Amino acid sequence: MSTEKQLYTVSIYTENNIGLLNRISAIFQRRHINIESLNTSPSEIEGVSRFTIVVNMTEVNMKKIIGQIDKQVEVIKAFYHTDDETIYQQSCMFKFRSNLLFEERNIQNIIKDSNARIVTVNKEFFVIEKSGKKEEIDQLYDELSVFGIMQFTRSGRIAVTKDEMKITTLLESFNN
Amino acid sequence: METVTIKNTEVATKVTERISGSEAIVRCLIAEGVKIIYGYPGGAIMPVYDELYKYKDQIHHVLTRHEQGATHSAQGFARISGKVGVAIATSGPGATNLITGIADAQIDSTPMVCITGQVPSHLLGSDAFQETDIVGISTPVTKWNCQVTKASQIPAAIAKAFYIAKSGRPGPVLVDITKDAQFEEFDFVYEKCTKVRSYFPIPKTDISTVEAAAKIINAAKKPFIVWGQGIILSEAEEQLKAVVEKAGIPAAWTILGASALPTSHPLNVGMLGMHGNYAPNKLTNECDVLIAIGMRFDDRVTGSLSTYAKQAKVIHFEIDAAEVDKNVKTDVAVLGDAKASLELLLPLLNENSHPEWHQQFKDLYAIEYEKVIKEDLYPTKEGLTMGEVIKEINIQSKGEAAIVTDVGQHQMIACRYAEFNKTKSNITSGGLGTMGFGLPAAIGAKMAAPEREVVSISGDGGYQMTIQELGTIFQQKAAVKIVVLNNEFLGMVRQWQQLFFDKRYASTEMVNPNFVAIAEGYYIKARKVTKREELAEAVAEMMASKEAYFLEVRVEKEGNVFPMVPSGASVSDIRLE
Repeated sequence: MSTEKQLYTVSIYTENNIGLLNRISAIFQRRHINIESLNTSPSEIEGVSRFTIVVNMTEVNMKKIIGQIDKQVEVIKAFYHTDDETIYQQSCMFKFRSNLLFEERNIQNIIKDSNARIVTVNKEFFVIEKSGKKEEIDQLYDELSVFGIMQFTRSGRIAVTKDEMKITTLLESFNN
Repeated sequence: METVTIKNTEVATKVTERISGSEAIVRCLIAEGVKIIYGYPGGAIMPVYDELYKYKDQIHHVLTRHEQGATHSAQGFARISGKVGVAIATSGPGATNLITGIADAQIDSTPMVCITGQVPSHLLGSDAFQETDIVGISTPVTKWNCQVTKASQIPAAIAKAFYIAKSGRPGPVLVDITKDAQFEEFDFVYEKCTKVRSYFPIPKTDISTVEAAAKIINAAKKPFIVWGQGIILSEAEEQLKAVVEKAGIPAAWTILGASALPTSHPLNVGMLGMHGNYAPNKLTNECDVLIAIGMRFDDRVTGSLSTYAKQAKVIHFEIDAAEVDKNVKTDVAVLGDAKASLELLLPLLNENSHPEWHQQFKDLYAIEYEKVIKEDLYPTKEGLTMGEVIKEINIQSKGEAAIVTDVGQHQMIACRYAEFNKTKSNITSGGLGTMGFGLPAAIGAKMAAPEREVVSISGDGGYQMTIQELGTIFQQKAAVKIVVLNNEFLGMVRQWQQLFFDKRYASTEMVNPNFVAIAEGYYIKARKVTKREELAEAVAEMMASKEAYFLEVRVEKEGNVFPMVPSGASVSDIRLE
């Protein structure tokens, strides 16, 4: 097992519970593990939530953490995957002054070349959105930063795995 | 508000009627078979106390003198009986005072349900009087917790709480109930919880792992069993004995595993860990197969992990999958309940005896006896030793007493020298090391098992952390035998200061009160012993007492506990002096 740190995407299927985020984040916090990004959402199964957490750590420690997460009562199942084993995306938004659209021709080219999307334009400002890998978003940020970004935000990673998750089978076995 | 008066048990259990949330709480407890609870009233839990008043014939509420005492009593109750202990408190400080006991129960896998009152739901988050986020605070130290804001949620929450606390690897749970939910009326129905969709309390045992374990054990020349509380929690004492005897394997215990196999059993080779016995520590690093059963390789047991049993194949029988490979890398992990797994293992084991291997344990015991045990139990010096007090209790209780200890030197000495004939006889704070645990835990133990002799053994430090529980003993007429081994020091810290801090005794010297007078102030019979010649007679008087009895023994001031594995050292570097 690798003893080198690397990025892992942790996927946790859970019951939808108010205190669970606290319980799960405490598992990382207690061991001084920085959470690179965190996202919670519904999953493919009705009533089941999905946490997507990105952490940078060794596989040995990753396995131990998964054990600690998995044993929480309201956690259905926790998995960890490397980047190669997942399809993942992040999203980001930039806000700029609207006059840039007319004064800086290049900005339109950047938007087009980066596959970003204009969400809204009004007299004062316009907003663009881009989904992709973190590196692509970082690159776009670098290119756009010269124009003066009014606001920027990036979401946590969301990911689906190449392998099947088999949560439905697992839930059926709980019921039997 | 409409009130429902229930005249007797039959009516209470048969009729499904509209009742208040607070009455439902009490009815849920009754439905779970709870007969004793420990707690302390206050504003946000008062509706429940009002119902407890009504149901006092069915549930005995023990008013402790501090909420921490309530949790430790509930723990003592759980540990001696194997049932779920229950503690109850009000919001705010009442709830936060439970935390030490909850943390203790979490790390020592003790089934406990805590119920706390909470401010009315419309005041949540408003910094109301006695409001605290107890669900947030208790999250890292509970197996599960929840907040209830509607009466109709109460039965399901409490049913789930009991199920989770007791099943699988047990632990503490907390249910926080707002005051408006306690007042609200609803149609009460109670159904016990038998499963939670996302929760697998006992992992399925893979028979191939048991076969692999048997194969390794059968081929072993120097097999060694290290067992923990898992044996007691799964009631696998007979199965452990059968495995040990059939395969002729020496077996040692963690502090929480004590008493699962009688002390006198020839294959019981003693306690593991920092102040454990010499042979099991030394030979951990000589065995060829290490068979861990229901234990979690705590650092106090393993010492330095990088030098722990590196020569051995490691087999781990464990109910909690997260414990496997957490501290020690296993060759074979057998997941599942200890009792069921050992039953599968037994027929696969060859009959064996390992006389030369046993002899190694005996030889090292002889060294430990000469260097440490002899002087502890049969001292030639003037000062009384803690060991000789324990020996006297052994003799006079015939090894039948349940020993409840606090934390420190007396705890290590008691666990090293106490004779246990019966299981569930050693109640102590192992993982958390909670000073002040002993006295209230002894109350819970005595009330859960009134037929048993329960001896609380504390040091002068820990005793004073929960000394107020003498009031509970007095009020409940709990016939706890209380022994304080007084060396006028926080002895274990002083020992470390002596060994590792050049005898700089920073804040470890205790200037103590008149303990006998304090016990007598609570109308508890009390006696102080300062001389060896008085000891046997005083212990006899204590044992003969039908009521609570307090015995202070002035022991030598600067006695040390040996053997000792210094912090961070290897188990095989265990020191005898």
